[in-house]
Amino acid sequence: MSSNDHDDGHGHHAHNAPETGPALRVKALEAVLVEKGLVDPARLDTLIDTYEHKVGPHNGARIVARAWIDPAYKKRLLTEATAAIAEMGYGGPQGEYMTVLENTPRVHNMVVCTLCSCYPWPVLGLPPVWYKSFAYRSRAVSDPRGVLHELGLEIPAEVEVRVWDSSADMRYLVLPMRPPGTENLGEPELAELVTRDSMIGTAVVEYPPRKPPPVAKPAA
Amino acid sequence: MRKSLEDLMKSRGLTASDSNFAEPWEARAFALALSLSESGRLVWDDFRQHLIMEIDEADKDVASGKPGVSYYECWLRALEAVLSATGMADAAEIDSRDLIAANPPTPTKAASAGPIKVA
Repeated sequence: MSSNDHDDGHGHHAHNAPETGPALRVKALEAVLVEKGLVDPARLDTLIDTYEHKVGPHNGARIVARAWIDPAYKKRLLTEATAAIAEMGYGGPQGEYMTVLENTPRVHNMVVCTLCSCYPWPVLGLPPVWYKSFAYRSRAVSDPRGVLHELGLEIPAEVEVRVWDSSADMRYLVLPMRPPGTENLGEPELAELVTRDSMIGTAVVEYPPRKPPPVAKPAA
Repeated sequence: MRKSLEDLMKSRGLTASDSNFAEPWEARAFALALSLSESGRLVWDDFRQHLIMEIDEADKDVASGKPGVSYYECWLRALEAVLSATGMADAAEIDSRDLIAANPPTPTKAASAGPIKVA
């Protein structure tokens, strides 16, 4: 077979079985670009591995936990987010311009990208399917409380809901409130509580957690 | 709209170990765009503008009750548009590569098959 015939990792394709539809298209596209020396297939493998296994909301969770423990860090995070995030070793594509939004007893922040899928990759990984959906993108701005209700989160009427649209250069990370009862937890235990959705603003951090928090962890 | 959000709630049950990508080709398309951006051959904002247009088309379909193409199909279309606009890869080249991949040579021919060029 040609050197461009990549193993897709599933191993269930017959030796010469044709792909169809977009899979075929991408295979052809990659072949053309590799032949022209415009992409290196090994780099593609590395990028996929990075975003599948290394970059994820566990990064943001560490930032949140540190901000909860360290008031000086929290202040830097709220005033110079990109630099404060870089202090923890996170940065790169889609994280060049960051703003951190603090949830308070008076204000609940929620993030959307109404036009596409802008999302702070270095601290949250790639966006979930629902974040990119027409339903979320079209309703988050016009009916945020309705959307949050359907996603299982009730915000009291006296709390202001602020919706932030990422459709520009800026990427947003929500700093959720630290739940009560966590005063004696250390930074790693606090990070374990912080969910991806709480950093998007469609959930809050709970303690004890209702169920094991779905924070992505790097593969062993 | 309410029904689709309920479906999305089900999607929130996905554990963290689930892939970002529903299919391997989605991962490949993602990495192609990012790699080209890294090497400076693709301007991310150009790609993003095309992605926005493709998503808008899909949104219109969904809004009128038709199935819209998936997010990564939008991504792939946007990527092809940028590659064509910048001269990196045009549709004809991809089409002909498409054809070869869909009809791979039999094993006895493979050894002598060379790269296909499009004039």
